Amino acid sequence: MHDFANAFILLSNYVLIPSITYGSQLAIGALGITLVFSILRFANFAHGDTMAFGTMVAIFCTWGVQALGLSLGPLPVALITLPVAIAVTIALVLGIDKIIYQFYRNKKVEPIILVMASVGVMFMMNGIVRILIGTGDVSFADGARFIIRAREFREMTGLDEGLALRTTQVITVVVAGVVMAALFWFLQKTRTGKSMRAFSDNEDLALLSGIKPERVVQITWIIAATLATIAGVLYGLDKGFRPFTYFQLLLPMFAAAILGGIGQPIGAVVGGFVIAFSEVALTYAYRRVFEYLGPDGFEVEGLAQLIETEYKFAISFIILVIVLLVRPTGIFKGRVL
Amino acid sequence: MKNILLAGLSSVALMTASAALADDHEIKIGVILGFSGPLESITPAMGASGELAMKEVSDSGAFLDGTKVTPVRADSTCIDAAAATSAAERLVSSEGVAAIFGPDCSGVTTAVVNNVTVPQGMLDISPSATSPALSSIEDNGLFFRTSPSDARQGAILAQIVMDRGIEEVAVTFTNNDYGQGFADAFVESYKAIGGTVTLSSAHEDGRADYSAEVGALSAAGGDALVVLGYIDQGGLGVMRSAIDTGAFDVFVGGDGMYGSSLLEALGDDLETWFGTLPGSAVQGDDPFLAVAEAAGIDVDGPYVRESYDAAALILLAMQAAGGVDSAAEHVMAVANAPGEKIAAGELARGLELLAAGTDIDYVGASGVELIEPGESSGVYREFELVDGALKDVKMH
Repeated sequence: MHDFANAFILLSNYVLIPSITYGSQLAIGALGITLVFSILRFANFAHGDTMAFGTMVAIFCTWGVQALGLSLGPLPVALITLPVAIAVTIALVLGIDKIIYQFYRNKKVEPIILVMASVGVMFMMNGIVRILIGTGDVSFADGARFIIRAREFREMTGLDEGLALRTTQVITVVVAGVVMAALFWFLQKTRTGKSMRAFSDNEDLALLSGIKPERVVQITWIIAATLATIAGVLYGLDKGFRPFTYFQLLLPMFAAAILGGIGQPIGAVVGGFVIAFSEVALTYAYRRVFEYLGPDGFEVEGLAQLIETEYKFAISFIILVIVLLVRPTGIFKGRVL
Repeated sequence: MKNILLAGLSSVALMTASAALADDHEIKIGVILGFSGPLESITPAMGASGELAMKEVSDSGAFLDGTKVTPVRADSTCIDAAAATSAAERLVSSEGVAAIFGPDCSGVTTAVVNNVTVPQGMLDISPSATSPALSSIEDNGLFFRTSPSDARQGAILAQIVMDRGIEEVAVTFTNNDYGQGFADAFVESYKAIGGTVTLSSAHEDGRADYSAEVGALSAAGGDALVVLGYIDQGGLGVMRSAIDTGAFDVFVGGDGMYGSSLLEALGDDLETWFGTLPGSAVQGDDPFLAVAEAAGIDVDGPYVRESYDAAALILLAMQAAGGVDSAAEHVMAVANAPGEKIAAGELARGLELLAAGTDIDYVGASGVELIEPGESSGVYREFELVDGALKDVKMH
């Protein structure tokens, strides 16, 4: 029994908690990508850098609040600066849509041209963020770092294995839950949400029934910018902000959206968690878990690791390739890219 | 089109003109360090220290009949060999430098030596490239370093860990020439003196999350985690994650992990922390302290002393050679006995002695003693975290 508890705590500490946190962050990011795809019908490569931009604004506001000497006690200040960051990001994204994407939309171009335009936007935002905040690491998580420390947990429970739970991990999961619930309620129950789904299903029918396309597009951008900023701030609070890692997030987020079925919000959420669990669980070394679960004195040669940690990044890529080959519509029958 | 042609032509003309204008009474020395990248927090002091030696030589008026020395900076990035190579090429071709001080990290140093300085037949002294692989690089006798090879640091670090009664460790190293070379040397020495290495695995720099790496290290187990990485990069990330998950309590670091920014980042969570960094063999009073203080340079940073010495050796060797061309042949003679001992701040005296044909033994800021094939024999400081501050506890 004792051994079983130890094995479970060990797995929670290194696999369950990290992948649930990372999965929530990926899921919110992938939701933004999938929404833009279902309404605007193109893969938005600038999404990772929109996240970086929103996070950067939140960081600047956090520094401002900190300079005033204010704090939120155990919670990070970034949580109250989040609305400001979202507002600024929405303004930027709507501006970019007005100047760049609207032009191509009015010309009714092929989707691939919009994709290429978004690559351009990506490089632009990349540059803006680096000029404004630099390329280095920024840690902006203040407040209490831990809810439970590993050592405290060991002393408290008398187990051999410790469990660490960070404040940012709990915040991530709670905020992600609220955001997803709100988004699904919006899409299912409100008039605007329904018009968005109608527009996504069949553009021509939606237009005939009197839905204003530009309004749907605007609302989509507003939601996408909101999701991007929230995902970015949560990721940054949890793992630290660095512009380049946000750019790298594009791959797992796209893999999550495509795996779930692109254009399917529920698919993005499921995809996000599957990707996160695969990345963490496939690279974890299970040696000690097996030793706890096996008979007394059972020893495992080697690390019992499926894939070395160096290849962590390749996992989302492999999943992406397999999905595109085997089931291009993804788990929830999305569109084919 | 016409405008572009004109602009191109005129810039070419300007470049030739400036090359022609470079008179005999000024030489330029390239200062190529990772002013951006993983070492960006320590390179400003290294650069300033090297430039301090150049200024001292230049101001003395005794260098090659009053020739002035001007440093020209370039960014090695520490990690991008292509960027470092093109930066070094720019120094050579458009700035016309006479020798190169740097680069800092082992990978970019290998690239610069292979692609630029050796083909150009140019003297290059690095203050901080410590990979064992650089001991066997084909340099035609043109490359030197005022820091020792990590083969030696690995052996000393292994002994320190063993002396503290730690017999089982896990090792994580940054995935490049420096990390790999250092880790190999450490693991080999540690095993030779009876230690067990449960896992020696690489980590990539610049990642947001190191929980997977720490998971593997923790599964392998051990009484301490040996971190052979960079303080601004993955090394810090791995330590942060290992402390957060409670995987390790005792941490051992190499020279790339030394600095106060680590203590700021980890705060009270870091309790047991010790390791090695290249130190100064200068005994008794330390003239470099006064010299560096006057220039506002923090002498405690890593490789600050080696930087002063690398720059000083380049210029003293040129003085011994009586010009730029065969300077590399004189580096070993200038740095080692026999001869008059020259300390930091005494470069003018060294220059005058060399001009008069007297041998000198440059001791400098770090007590540099070069061994074949042109690297420092190496003295190491053992540092330890005591009451929230890094203290030197022993010399090795």
